[in-house]
Amino acid sequence: MTAALSLVASHVLAQAKVLDPGRHHVLHPAAPQAGHIEWLYWFIFWILFAVFVLMIAAFAGAGAKARVVASGPLPIVEKDEEADHRAGWAVGSAMAITVATLFVVLVLSVVTGKRVEGLTSKNPVTIQVTGHQWWWEVSYPNSQADQTVTTANEIHVPVGSPIVILTNSKDVIHSFWAPNVTGKRDLLPGYSSAFWFEIDQPGIYHGQCAEFCGLQHAHMGFSIIAESVDEFQAWQQQQLKNAAEPSTSEAIRGREVFLTHACLMCHTIRGTDAGSRFGPDLTHVASRNMIASETLPNTAGALAGWIVDPQRIKPGTQMSPNPLSPDDLQAVVAYLQALH
Amino acid sequence: MQVRLQLMVVLSAITVLGSCSREDRILRQPPSASNTLNTVQISGLNPGANLIPTPPSSNMYQESAYSVSEGQKLFEAYNCVGCHAHGGGGIGPPLMDSNWIYGSEPGNIFATIMQGRPNGMPSFRNRIPEYQAWEIAAYVRSMAGLLPKGVSPNRTDEMNIKPAESSTPKQTPTGITGVPEQPK
Amino acid sequence: MAVAESIVANDQDTGQSELALRLARTWRQPGGFWGWFCNTHHTDIGIRFMVTAFIFFLLGGMLAAMIRLQLIRPENSLMGPDLYNQVFTMHGSTMIFLFAVPLMFQGFGVYVVPLMCGARNIAFPRLNAFCYYLYVGGALVLWGGFLTNTGPDVGWFAYVPLSGPSYSPGHRADIWSQMITFTEVSALGVAICIATTILRYRAPGMTLNRMPILLWEKLVISMAVIFAMPAVMIASGLLLLDRLVGTHFFNPAEGGDVLLYQHLFWFFGHPEVYIIFLPGAAIISTLVECFSRRRIFGYTPIVVSVVATGFLGFSVWVHHMFATGLPQLSESFFTAASLMIVIPTGTQFFCWVATIWYGRLQLRLPMLWCFGFFFVFLIGGLSGVMLASVPVDLQVHDTYFVVAHFHYVLIGGALFPMFAGIYFWFPKMAGRMPSETLGKWHFWLFFIGFNITFFTLHFLGLRGMTRRIYTYSPDMHWQGLNVLASSGVVFMTAGLLVFLANVFHSMRVGAIAGNNPWGDAGLEWSMSSPPPPYNFLHVPTVSGRDPLWEDPPDQAIVVGLRDDIRETLVTHSLDAEPQHKDEDPGPSIWPFLTALSVSAAFVGSIFTAWAVPIGAVPVIATLIGWLWPRGESPTPLPTGESWLR
Repeated sequence: MTAALSLVASHVLAQAKVLDPGRHHVLHPAAPQAGHIEWLYWFIFWILFAVFVLMIAAFAGAGAKARVVASGPLPIVEKDEEADHRAGWAVGSAMAITVATLFVVLVLSVVTGKRVEGLTSKNPVTIQVTGHQWWWEVSYPNSQADQTVTTANEIHVPVGSPIVILTNSKDVIHSFWAPNVTGKRDLLPGYSSAFWFEIDQPGIYHGQCAEFCGLQHAHMGFSIIAESVDEFQAWQQQQLKNAAEPSTSEAIRGREVFLTHACLMCHTIRGTDAGSRFGPDLTHVASRNMIASETLPNTAGALAGWIVDPQRIKPGTQMSPNPLSPDDLQAVVAYLQALH
Repeated sequence: MQVRLQLMVVLSAITVLGSCSREDRILRQPPSASNTLNTVQISGLNPGANLIPTPPSSNMYQESAYSVSEGQKLFEAYNCVGCHAHGGGGIGPPLMDSNWIYGSEPGNIFATIMQGRPNGMPSFRNRIPEYQAWEIAAYVRSMAGLLPKGVSPNRTDEMNIKPAESSTPKQTPTGITGVPEQPK
Repeated sequence: MAVAESIVANDQDTGQSELALRLARTWRQPGGFWGWFCNTHHTDIGIRFMVTAFIFFLLGGMLAAMIRLQLIRPENSLMGPDLYNQVFTMHGSTMIFLFAVPLMFQGFGVYVVPLMCGARNIAFPRLNAFCYYLYVGGALVLWGGFLTNTGPDVGWFAYVPLSGPSYSPGHRADIWSQMITFTEVSALGVAICIATTILRYRAPGMTLNRMPILLWEKLVISMAVIFAMPAVMIASGLLLLDRLVGTHFFNPAEGGDVLLYQHLFWFFGHPEVYIIFLPGAAIISTLVECFSRRRIFGYTPIVVSVVATGFLGFSVWVHHMFATGLPQLSESFFTAASLMIVIPTGTQFFCWVATIWYGRLQLRLPMLWCFGFFFVFLIGGLSGVMLASVPVDLQVHDTYFVVAHFHYVLIGGALFPMFAGIYFWFPKMAGRMPSETLGKWHFWLFFIGFNITFFTLHFLGLRGMTRRIYTYSPDMHWQGLNVLASSGVVFMTAGLLVFLANVFHSMRVGAIAGNNPWGDAGLEWSMSSPPPPYNFLHVPTVSGRDPLWEDPPDQAIVVGLRDDIRETLVTHSLDAEPQHKDEDPGPSIWPFLTALSVSAAFVGSIFTAWAVPIGAVPVIATLIGWLWPRGESPTPLPTGESWLR
């Protein structure tokens, strides 16, 4: 028991390390897109900082002459053409500087926008991301239907090659955002749009839904797993396979439980009778780091807790509670954990 | 000042009035909710004939607009629409009319879902949790107008069974011979 | 000789006080319980707007405190998502629709504008009273809904399809939509009253280019309201039709469009920001002039800026929608427009600095709040420049960075000027001075608390914390900053308590204010405090922008208005030449009854479509009562100069 607990704990720790949330930051770019934006951010920031200091200095200078006279209002200042003239010059030049600064910001912003958005490569990796309440369906479309990889919440991409994300939504508006990678893009039902990015450092980058989408908006995370082209291709080949046949007796029993209970009403496991597309595809669920839209680590304990009472972890989620007997539960978990 | 007081009275009266279950979001299912079935008799041996009158049974889920709407989502997700369409019927009987082969009480519909019926209605026992069957039952009743308007879903964001009026092809009314009658 | 003079003066005084008595009798508002509902005088209705809106500000603030309490630690179990979604939706809706606009635009506007114009009442006083009751109706509907677990939970913007019939069952989103109808009808009505008052009720001599800046701003805001509010009413109206009648305006599967809603909403939503900010700027311009003891520098640039803001405000709405994936060209256009709006705002800032610099600054309590405004709004405005840039916006959109930005803008642009304005006009409204000591405590507590809370949020946003999440994982390491942000709430709450204490204390034992305690130039300071029911003993005339500073002691007054009926003077909209006399309709119960029947129809229509035809009957009946001819037509004004003395 203790060993199992420590195993879980170490797994969670490892998870935390892989995700490295300290780096989950707009200003820690892992992609050229986020890099350009970071540069623009700091550029505008320093301009604005200078403006701020100047304005505060002006107000402080003007305010320093203040008098606190409790005994009533001071007399009115006489009309002073000279002062008006000087003030006119000051205000006029301040306005001129403002206009010039804004123009610089505008030009840099448009140029950066072009650099972020313009895609030159003709042969990008295309990924279809479909928003659901409250998870992400991810597929790698291919002209041959049996070459299409479908997974959920974890997006594997090769490092150094351009990735095009096609967006769509099954229900309400969601927004796809991984701060380290690039700006966000809304997933609108009835509209499909595309944007692209490229990641230059391997690693796991956390992302989440940025548009309020209902009860579990807070728990709608995803991650982008950037790996070498070889690793990516190996992963893709693995994902194309049907589900692994369970090898242990417990896992075989788990498959029985899966196919005779509520699980198959919503989930797909390719190679079995389970083929519903209401919930995430579980064909290779064991290959993912996290479950429940990046809410829990993909461990036996978390998986069991999630299956029995998902509404405790994500109240309102579409997944129904499954009061399985302990044996059945263990078997299902064993089966799911074997789906590499 | 007196008027403020009156306002406060009105406000607190509103508060007291509304302990309204229509808006409850039942997110965690009470365990008791699932164990109240199968006490309802449905019919004799012949479907549709000699219906046994059943006492009205209650269904907490049909008082909550959220649960009915969840039922609507599940109706889609579990492919009930495959046979019943969005209530209009097809392979299965329509659900939006007032004909009930196996009774219209929540318990009847629940039993129909859980036990299945001859001629094609599969049994969903062990396939879906009981509370979801209650939610679907509530939605089915709402389609037939048996639920108050406040909890019934108005429409979905799905396609309608009937195409939008603007996109229906133009039709010419035809008589038995197929030729429109010309006014003399 | 001296004796004779004093006799004449005394004689004049008796004449004056007799006139005052007659006017007071004529303009008297009924008392008692029913009298309260018949009142149509703008000072009373204005104060009611302000008090009611302030109550909702406190309620909205409590919700904000609940939000900060929930986020104080990861995976907090204080609130579930169901309640949390209602709480933040209620917070936003209350603050925008029930507090900011009603207080900053309607409350201050209704109270101050007729006084500044030199008018005896607002134009269309019954419509004005009706708007107040309708606003209260909308507020009660929203809060009644919240207290009965029917509080909207779809965000204050209620994007479809989340707020549509499929994803928002029950009547929660209907309550939100109908609240919009209530409050926006109310704002539209008041905008018409205020715009008409400014254009037609100005004192003779107050030509357009002599209008106080505050009146200019109120005029621009009224116009913005008249053009912006219909957009949101259409949006919420179509949403209601989708939800209640089953139309498909926003159903993508049937050719409906989810982006249409966003365009309609933000076409209102962005001008709304200026509808909230410009009243603040108006207060600042008034106060800077008064406490710098000099004419405001750059009257013309400021007025042009205000008008430009009014127009530009309508061309930037898409910057709320950059993330929807628009073509680059339109993104660049809206970036340029959003950056352009910095120019008029910057111009106003520069003119304020210049006025203070070349003036004789007196740092009284209201002016302290103005300096608070300068600091806070400057930060908000500058971070707004970042958000105008599409690439940066795409990163920080819908994160706590944006939350920080718009709280700096809205609290900076509305709340700080509001407190400045309350302290400034408190002597006029209450007749007594507010306590400077308590006011300073209030300022420093609130200022420090505000900056602790909201400056911190910038960093949370950059660290990737998105908005409207009811909880977060400990792995994200957001707790420290959240605790810091939440701790500011303590200071702000303390500040508000000090403010309330100050108001109640000063209302009873504050120093007697007199007519013009701050030595301001506006006409509203020429009568006793609080103003008598007829406002001005003699309708004044003006010969400059700062009447009380510039006008000679023998400035002409308007004569020839009868004192036995409620006569008002209508002047030309451009040069304020007197045109004719109008009769104020006086107190009436009908606006209240009409508001009641309209409210019943609005609320009923949430539950059944029959409420529309059936509810129309009492509405029509009360409208007939309201509009029943009174028989007496306004007397034409004698021609020539005979009306001036």
